[in-house]
Amino acid sequence: MSNRIDVKKTYKLFINGAFPRTESGRTYEVKNAKGIFIANPCLASRKDLKDAVVAARAAQHGWNKATAYNKGQILYRLAEMLEGRRAQFVDEIVTVTGVTKAKAEKEVTDSVDRLVWYAGWSDKISSLSGALNPVAGPYYNFTIPESMGVIAAIAPEVPSLLGLIDSLAPIIVGGNTVIVLASTKAPLSAMSFAEVIATSDVPAGVINILTGKKDEITPWMASHMDIDGLDISGLGAKKHAEIKFAGAENIKRIYSFKNADPGRILAFMENKTVWHPIGL
Amino acid sequence: MSFYGLVDGTEASLKKYLGSLSGVDQVGADARAAMLATRSIKTTSKRWAIDTAITMVDLTTLEGADTPGKVKALCTKAVRPDPTDASVPSVGAVCVYNDMVGIARTHLDLIGGHHVGVAAVSTAFPSGRASMAVKIQDTKDAVEAGASEIDMVIDRGAFLSGRYIEVFDEIVKIRDICGTKAHLKVIFETGELVTYDNVRKASFLAMAAGADFIKTSTGKVAPAATAPVVLVMLEAVRDFYAMTQVRIGVKPAGGIRNTKDAIKQLVLVNETAGPEWLKPSLFRIGASALLNDLLMQRMKMDDGYYASPQYVTID
Repeated sequence: MSNRIDVKKTYKLFINGAFPRTESGRTYEVKNAKGIFIANPCLASRKDLKDAVVAARAAQHGWNKATAYNKGQILYRLAEMLEGRRAQFVDEIVTVTGVTKAKAEKEVTDSVDRLVWYAGWSDKISSLSGALNPVAGPYYNFTIPESMGVIAAIAPEVPSLLGLIDSLAPIIVGGNTVIVLASTKAPLSAMSFAEVIATSDVPAGVINILTGKKDEITPWMASHMDIDGLDISGLGAKKHAEIKFAGAENIKRIYSFKNADPGRILAFMENKTVWHPIGL
Repeated sequence: MSFYGLVDGTEASLKKYLGSLSGVDQVGADARAAMLATRSIKTTSKRWAIDTAITMVDLTTLEGADTPGKVKALCTKAVRPDPTDASVPSVGAVCVYNDMVGIARTHLDLIGGHHVGVAAVSTAFPSGRASMAVKIQDTKDAVEAGASEIDMVIDRGAFLSGRYIEVFDEIVKIRDICGTKAHLKVIFETGELVTYDNVRKASFLAMAAGADFIKTSTGKVAPAATAPVVLVMLEAVRDFYAMTQVRIGVKPAGGIRNTKDAIKQLVLVNETAGPEWLKPSLFRIGASALLNDLLMQRMKMDDGYYASPQYVTID
């Protein structure tokens, strides 16, 4: 019995810490660079998005209340788990995108490093951006950044793993919860990354990952009243105006980014100013 | 009292009456409830179901931390659930503790909510563990303060020990105090009754003793209003109607938190007791969080996009 039957992985969604199939039952085909069929990931529907938002909203209060130190540790834990499964991710990136092994290895290394970098920002971001404001009165006047709430993000097509990390890590490090739409053509590493999340003490609902079509899901994200912000870095520039218009209706903050920088964290935080009387 | 001619008030006749009831097919009830839960209600039917469900809500606050302010806010919401949309109907009633009844009635009348009832939980709610004198006084207080509906709990200890006549007599006495001023809802706390047979038995006992409504739970014990339990109770009121030509209402309470759950309840009513029961005088849903979800679903149907809890009031 030398010929074993392949054990193929079913790629599902990641919502509220679980791996459900799409409620719609729809899937689409993912092919590699040479056009050979690889997998059938889920084509997420509007109801999947709704379920993810409900989960993210429920998780937001608790995640926001976690200490900066704790949030940083959990992000660092993500990096640890990813490091331990390096070979699988390299393999998936090579299979799907057809890049060289060296290039895929660099992407995974960069992804791990990027997670560590964002983890470090957790307990520093409020000192960097917060302030003690001068006021004409017997008060301390502080301004500190606070989380915005539930944020949705469109991850770029490539690099599929590093792009996903850049989409979700800055959002959650600020105390938000996130629903991220993975790369459409190369969603495999995103769904494997969901397994990393599931084993990293990230509370259920803090990170939710969908796979599907950008053109279909982004407008739903823009019009959903209970999503406070939207990162459209992974969306083609031609669509930006339309999505921003849809999001303006519910005063959604919509941004896109090119690089990883602390501004990406602050984009989805709001400044809170506190007056505190000085004891005389 | 005639008790619909079913019993004569003696223990022997009550035992005979309850003994004549058929048992409940547990597997069948579970399967039928699960099957009915798969019905898909969309578009105009859904819209009708949402509005109907709103009129059936007994908007409830039963917390130790309740204040007059909170009760007044709840009453305002009960009369006009969505301040931005006058087409949303008022709910059926507000459901409060005994000492809040007067406050609720006065505030409702003040803001033009004469049509919204005030339900008071009574007879040492939620445990039912008090002397009969206290239970009677508890109920009298609520009725005098203006309660139009009394939600009493039964003595589950007595029921489970087989002392049915005690439970029966209690309901009769409380019914007597309610008189013509208040409707009587009898709470079984089905989570403590263990079997569906007991639920059926309790239903027939309460109906014969003069209950206007039978209610699943206090909301303080889980599981509460599960679909099979509501199914069993709906079958009981249907069978009771066949026997007596009197329609008794049903009120599931506890665990019905979203629109989907509420619509499932309406499907159960329609398919079990029949469409005659699809009105607030015969079917109520005891809930607090449910109303916000119904309002959000209503907004979604009007606006075409998902609403946010930030646009409905926090209770």
